[in-house]
Amino acid sequence: MSDLMKVSSNPHIRAKSSTSSIMLAVVIALLPAAGFGIYNFGTDALILILVTVLSTVLTEYIFEKILKKKTTIGDYSAVVTGLLLALNLPVSAPWWIGVIGGIFAILVVKMLFGGLGQNFMNPALGARCFLLISFTSIMTNFDCDAYTGATPLAALKSGETVNIFNMVVGKTAGTIGETSMIAIVIGACFLILTGVIDLRIPGSYIVSFVIFICLFGGRGFDYAYISAHLAGGGLMLGAFFMATDYVTRPITVKGQYVYGILLGILTGIFRIFGPSAEGVSYAIILGNLLVPLIEKATLPTAFGKGGARA
Amino acid sequence: MNDIKERLINGLVKENPTFVLMLGMCPTLAVTTSAMNGLGMGLTTMVVLALSNAFISLLRNIIPDKVRIPAFIVIIASFVTMVELLLEGFIPSLYDALGIYIPLIVVNCIILGRAESYASKNPVIPSLFDGIGMGLGFSFALTCIGAVRELIGAGTLFGMHIMPESYVPCSIFIMAPGAFFVLATLTAIQNKIKINGERKGKDMSKIQSGCGGDCLNCSDTGCTKPQKINGRGEKEHA
Repeated sequence: MSDLMKVSSNPHIRAKSSTSSIMLAVVIALLPAAGFGIYNFGTDALILILVTVLSTVLTEYIFEKILKKKTTIGDYSAVVTGLLLALNLPVSAPWWIGVIGGIFAILVVKMLFGGLGQNFMNPALGARCFLLISFTSIMTNFDCDAYTGATPLAALKSGETVNIFNMVVGKTAGTIGETSMIAIVIGACFLILTGVIDLRIPGSYIVSFVIFICLFGGRGFDYAYISAHLAGGGLMLGAFFMATDYVTRPITVKGQYVYGILLGILTGIFRIFGPSAEGVSYAIILGNLLVPLIEKATLPTAFGKGGARA
Repeated sequence: MNDIKERLINGLVKENPTFVLMLGMCPTLAVTTSAMNGLGMGLTTMVVLALSNAFISLLRNIIPDKVRIPAFIVIIASFVTMVELLLEGFIPSLYDALGIYIPLIVVNCIILGRAESYASKNPVIPSLFDGIGMGLGFSFALTCIGAVRELIGAGTLFGMHIMPESYVPCSIFIMAPGAFFVLATLTAIQNKIKINGERKGKDMSKIQSGCGGDCLNCSDTGCTKPQKINGRGEKEHA
């Protein structure tokens, strides 16, 4: 990146928001989910979150020191990545899972592609999928002091009934940050009210997912089944915090709706037809990879070009 | 005698097909899930390479220039079929592990490349040893890559437990993505060597990695190499 100021013609729009203020808002918005995770799973969760965040921040710092580049840990983006990754880990995971995941997220997914703004894939999700493939048994072991047995989604998939109230509140097994729908929605409301994210992607994601479940879930419009799917797994966390990642979502407005709908359909396919009960991570990662195509297809026509002649 | 030594060293080091020429990437990525598979693939390729090189060199004055590629393919395919049947009969475990990649040796670009660029122009003995040298280089590279992937992905080396009991294998490394991780690291090291060598003024043009000369679609803003406009009006390195 050059240090030259970019000079462009007027009009110029001034705004107070900067990378660090936006990232800080995301960190604040994630705190309810993280706090509930710690309350729900105990101090192990706190330690895992701290280790993961430390790992991402240190990786970025050391990488930039070695390459003699400007240190960018002050923009909090590494903190967001670390926090998101930690919220996607099961509490039973050993500390080194957090460290490896943090290093992979920052070093491979983000810095090797040029740092913040250049990564083609959400770093936290990239690392989660890396860990999920590498250490499958650790990453899918949701047994801990508080809960044993399958996650609600896995139970739902095998045909058992689930307690939807517990799922909405978050008193179920799962990864640290995904269990409580309420805590995530509180954080998401904060982000929407401060204007950091809008409802285009999460809205189209959730609506298309619900429609998909109604059509192909095999239960029709079953209120309990749909709410269990909405409250279960990483859907809320993914829809509000990871699908909306500025770097890896489409820029065009039309593209964002396409992206959201695509994610909804992919998540539905993975959850219903796939071997695993979960599908949000892979859906968003696949969506990330399709973003350049979506942007190309939904590029708005420039003023004065194309269109019907009067 | 010097000729033979030179050919062997050339294949192993100077023009190592994997590390330097970046040829035969398909088997390199696909079969190096363990050191044993890498070695097996390398040696199988070496046998075919040496025999086809020798044969093509023998027939180099008879094969008409216009149909040389089909003729080479027929010779190579015959040897591959022989090797495949021998493997199936005598080392069925390796045959099963390598699967479709044994018949695919026919289209391995190292073999056709050596036939075209060396065996069809040189006498039999150097051609034979050129094939052996290239095959050894290929085996060496595949075994190295397989060893790294097996060590990280399964904690073993040639099937023996190397890592301590507490080591949790990072199984992504013996799956397809792991091949790309290792290859990318390898290419990074290659680039480093190439750049360092060029700084010292050595000729590094043999190393086929990094810049492909396609300036038009290049995103490297820090590139300092001189550019020229080619015949099609596109930019490329001078």
